[in-house]
Amino acid sequence: MPREFVISGLRLFWSTAIMNEGFSEAPQRLVEDKKDTILSMTNETTKMSVKVWRGDKSSGSYQTFEVPRQENQTVLDVVTWIQQTQDPNLSYRFACRVGMCGSCAMMVNGAPRWTCRTHVNKVLDGDTLEVAPLRNLPVIKDLVADMDPFFDKWVDAGGHHAPSASRYDDMPKISSDEPERAEANKSIECINCAVCYAACDTVAQNPDYLGPAALQRAWTLLNDKKVDDHDAVLEKVSGKGGCHNCHSQGSCTLYCPNGLDPMRAIAGLKSATIKRALKRGG
Amino acid sequence: MIKTHRNHPLWYAYALHRISGLALVLFLPAHFYVLSLALTQPERLDGFLHWTEIPAVKFAEFGLVFLLSAHLLGGLRLLALELLPWSPKHKTLAALAASGAVLISGTFLLNAV
Repeated sequence: MPREFVISGLRLFWSTAIMNEGFSEAPQRLVEDKKDTILSMTNETTKMSVKVWRGDKSSGSYQTFEVPRQENQTVLDVVTWIQQTQDPNLSYRFACRVGMCGSCAMMVNGAPRWTCRTHVNKVLDGDTLEVAPLRNLPVIKDLVADMDPFFDKWVDAGGHHAPSASRYDDMPKISSDEPERAEANKSIECINCAVCYAACDTVAQNPDYLGPAALQRAWTLLNDKKVDDHDAVLEKVSGKGGCHNCHSQGSCTLYCPNGLDPMRAIAGLKSATIKRALKRGG
Repeated sequence: MIKTHRNHPLWYAYALHRISGLALVLFLPAHFYVLSLALTQPERLDGFLHWTEIPAVKFAEFGLVFLLSAHLLGGLRLLALELLPWSPKHKTLAALAASGAVLISGTFLLNAV
């Protein structure tokens, strides 16, 4: 009995050993790799210096934090790490974390970026990162900018739908091949992140200027057949603060995280308003 | 030190257009005043034209020709951007405008020396 017990025990041992060698080797390696990755992610020997704007609309200054570098790390990850481990009073705004909602835009090393999809590797200056609230907007606290002026201008530029038909009328048939629809389609993916607004020097110099996002919205309305009064759209964008304030610096198009082209939309509005003025005789 | 968000070709094209425009605004009143001397005081105009033969003044004229041609070609680019069917090649057009200004003003300088 004891002999049989030992033999069955040995069989069990070998079968387990064989299983470990034969079948469990790959998963074991994966576990080791994962452990290495986790270790490297939490390895605090490589750090970067992150300057974060602290303050409100009246005053403020940069506060420096030492933040561990990771292989894959967005600027939003950095800000979150600071808020969760260093200072819970740090205020910042985010929601979706996947580039859909447009709420996490900040100035990163002097340029406006959507922080959830901006990798540290791409914007790090030496080992320094400078994060500030969006330019051209009032600061509420720390990294949170007051978006009211941005959205107010969206409304001022006619950024609402004025329908050409009621619910009792048939739905207008609009083909996606129509030139106007194709033109509108180039601009409709705006997520209102205000990156273009922060990048624009004309906005900085002229408080009345509607800005690239609002004007681009007006351009989509002008190209939308379902909008009733195109003339009203042109009226709103040709006045004080309208499209003719734009100096075509192109920063809006350069920095738009969604790859839209507000400069093209504003040029279209300029052309349309000039044609309208010529038709009217001034 | 140029700010990061401005560090791209179309912003430099804007800056060149603005600076050349302002410089021409300062220059043109003096230019028209000197031309008016042809009608009011021809002798003074002749004396002034001799002064323009000085190399330093010729070099300054080269600068003026550069500013004028840069503003002219840059302005044509902006008119094309706003009024012609859209082309995404604005960096190329801005580079061509700047190159054209260097070519025109360089030709003026070579003729002057």
